[in-house]
Amino acid sequence: MFSETIILRGHIIDSLILPKVLDQILTQGGEFKIGEIKIGQNRVDQSFARIEVSAPKHELLDDIVLRLRQHGAEVVEKKDVELEPAPADGVFPKDFYVTTNQQTFITLDGAEIEVHPALMDCAIVVDREARRATAKKFHEVRREMEIVVGHQGIRVVPVQRSTERTDVFEFMSTNISLEKPKSGIIREMATELQRARTEGGKILVVAGPAIVHSGAVPHLEKLIEWGFVGLLFAGNALALHDIENALFGTSVGIDLKSGSLAERGHENQMRALNVIREAGSISRAVETGALKSGIMAACVRHGVEFVLAGSVRDDGPLPEVITDTLKAQDAMREKISGVSTALMMGTMLHSMAVMNILPATVKTLCVDVNPAAVSRLTERGSFQSLGLVSDLEPFLRELTVALAR
Amino acid sequence: MRQLLLCPPDYYGIEYEINPWMSRARGAEVPVAQAQWKGLFEKLSSLDCKIELVPPQPKLPDMVFTANAGLTIGRRFIPSNFRHEERAGEAPHFARWMEEHGYEIVWLPKDLYFEGEGDALFGGDVLFCGYKFRSDINSHRAVADLLGCLVISVELVDPRFYHIDTCFCPLPDGGAFWFPKAFDEYGQRTIRDHLRDLIDVVEEEAVHFSCNAVVLGRDIVLPEGAPKLVETLTDRGYTCHPLPMSEFLKAGGACKCLTMFMPQRENV
Repeated sequence: MFSETIILRGHIIDSLILPKVLDQILTQGGEFKIGEIKIGQNRVDQSFARIEVSAPKHELLDDIVLRLRQHGAEVVEKKDVELEPAPADGVFPKDFYVTTNQQTFITLDGAEIEVHPALMDCAIVVDREARRATAKKFHEVRREMEIVVGHQGIRVVPVQRSTERTDVFEFMSTNISLEKPKSGIIREMATELQRARTEGGKILVVAGPAIVHSGAVPHLEKLIEWGFVGLLFAGNALALHDIENALFGTSVGIDLKSGSLAERGHENQMRALNVIREAGSISRAVETGALKSGIMAACVRHGVEFVLAGSVRDDGPLPEVITDTLKAQDAMREKISGVSTALMMGTMLHSMAVMNILPATVKTLCVDVNPAAVSRLTERGSFQSLGLVSDLEPFLRELTVALAR
Repeated sequence: MRQLLLCPPDYYGIEYEINPWMSRARGAEVPVAQAQWKGLFEKLSSLDCKIELVPPQPKLPDMVFTANAGLTIGRRFIPSNFRHEERAGEAPHFARWMEEHGYEIVWLPKDLYFEGEGDALFGGDVLFCGYKFRSDINSHRAVADLLGCLVISVELVDPRFYHIDTCFCPLPDGGAFWFPKAFDEYGQRTIRDHLRDLIDVVEEEAVHFSCNAVVLGRDIVLPEGAPKLVETLTDRGYTCHPLPMSEFLKAGGACKCLTMFMPQRENV
């Protein structure tokens, strides 16, 4: 949304100029937010209103403002952002503006441009000629790039609660703890996922290996088969435990059916790794028939993209795992465009990393058996993030049942 | 006794076109115009008022419309800032004359168009101001700042009724007669909110500039061609004096446009 701030003064209440201006904004397809209003106390006192007018297109905004001027609206002149060159590669100037995950605009030469992507903890790099503003991480910045400093000329548009329809994210204001009934919320979640799929929004799943340990693999496979997963972010462990389970029926040596340690089960993980490494990649192992079932195989079969990011604890790792953290972040950022809903299950740190790169407009549901993990995750998000304390298997089981209806 | 400012029509004529009424192809008949103006002068003189005359100036044909000279409150005169260049030359002549006659001249900022009493009429203690075609709404605020009174700004939407005094005439008993369709919906609502006993003028009569009337107590001097309005006003106890105004209508003016109250109000 592009916006301008206008000021109305005078006997704008008695003359019905204020309601006229507000009506005109809406009639022309714009929106308004009253920033400040002072109403004269006595009959002869004049009133004052500061109104932010916004519209989806620049031309429409200009047109609206032009008409409002006729009714006495004065346009508040916008100040340009201040820019400074980056002192060195990978270093931002002092006082650089730190981005949030909200939609952000900067004013350059008197007009607003939107910063892309809406990514938190970045600096804004400005290309004057191309009139482009980009949120960039430290490692992406090069010496002499022009970077926004201070707070002047920056407008952040927080995600607003919708007045048209409410969804589970909006009517639930707290996390769902262990003690609360969950079926209703899970059904609402199912509706939300269906809506996202119908509207063409991409659903991102961030998953930890507990999915496998808790025996929830078949449920997640169903979600993938039904087209509810558009993108999967995980670590080496989820993929490896899933593949071990697919090949040997164990997860870290534990037989998932009996729950007891399988004979020489501790070898299975290494053997699973070797199968995939021998095939060259997970997708190749699926193609050759070496890997037939499980989450990863379902992803390959259904064309669901995945990014596996490595850590120091990894065994192997699997060939697709990106071991350079910065490259893994870049790969994740590259894939998230179009994501409208994120389902984060059983991994606090990985979910946190993903939260850091998601725009605030993305609805996030965090599910973990550990209440502390749920709190930490949802505290980082906007009001569009909801937490659910639950074991993963019963959660996913109920979710698939609700989706199957 | 009310004091009025008029300007003899020595140089009056249709020399340019700045409103839908004006057509250089359909010029004013000079002797008829002069006779009509004289008729107005004599009618007003016969009523309870004193008339001052400002000397007309060559090449300023519309100076005859003194309502647009400015707005006079007490001994203060706010000269007009004309929107059209064709009339801008009138302002210094009016200002000089007013100054010479002991009025304090208070100019509005030059970038705010304001066409005087033509767009600013008191109804009760409220100053009703028209905007869009001629005056800027922001000039109303400046006037409100100067005078410290409630100024109601109403948008004019019919270009034939380009000044508020062409479609709205307040009455001393608190009402007014008006042509509602000359205002946008908000303006109509505002006027209805602030004035009671409004008399709606039908379009056939409004186009004769029936609202462009000079009200002097119970006497109303208005252009002829509004029998229904005259009947209503007579029923309300007013004495109407219809006058022929055809030659001034050709320029988009009539009785009120040819007259400025000096002052419109003693104080606010």
